Amino acid sequence: MDKPTKVIINCETGEQEVIELTAEEIAELEAAAAQAEADRIAAEEEANAKATAKADLLEKLGITEEEAKLLLS
Amino acid sequence: MANTYTLISSNTLSSSAASVTFSSIPSTYTDLVLRISSRSSAGAVQRIMNIEFNADTTTKYSDTLLTGDGSTATSTRESAVTIALIGYMPASTATANTFGNAEIYIPSYNSTSSKPFSSATVSETNATAAYIRNAAALYTGTSGISSLRITPSSGTMDIGSSFYLYGIKNS
Repeated sequence: MDKPTKVIINCETGEQEVIELTAEEIAELEAAAAQAEADRIAAEEEANAKATAKADLLEKLGITEEEAKLLLS
Repeated sequence: MANTYTLISSNTLSSSAASVTFSSIPSTYTDLVLRISSRSSAGAVQRIMNIEFNADTTTKYSDTLLTGDGSTATSTRESAVTIALIGYMPASTATANTFGNAEIYIPSYNSTSSKPFSSATVSETNATAAYIRNAAALYTGTSGISSLRITPSSGTMDIGSSFYLYGIKNS
């Protein structure tokens, strides 16, 4: 697989360079990807937990979601 | 109102890139406008688009964001951060071959005071959820802006992503 690159455009000279990332920059990129995936999983888990808590509450109250919306409108 | 709008430099990616930097930006304009069409390779529907100025990664950025996804509108704020978050670009699980667009307006970029700037971005897709994310942001660096760098929050930007930097005079 090709190494990831960065593009640098010199506005003064018009020169455009495509430079391979250093090992350190690749590590940063991979860490960002790992963090993004962790954030996505955390957000998904939070959304699932909220949906479960909401369904549990509606069941406890014995009303539907539409009825709950009507109560709060 | 601007009466000139000059293309300073542009690039369309011929290979995927983790960042795009415009360096040695001339100081002969009053404002800068950056227009972007981009897509990220990251495994998500969309990815955050970031900007930094003058290779400055200290805590000189803050931003207020308005986000809409078609059903929910939210606002978020971050202060004294090391990079400004300016919006979204579609990523690998968005509809294939769709690119988002963004416009970033940087008035008085030569100012030696704090520099407020704004962005409007959309993450375009043919699926049910599309995103709009607009930012009011601030860079508190006291040098004029001579370089800027665009990065996605993760992954790289795809081939075909394009970047156009314009200068405006007499705005």
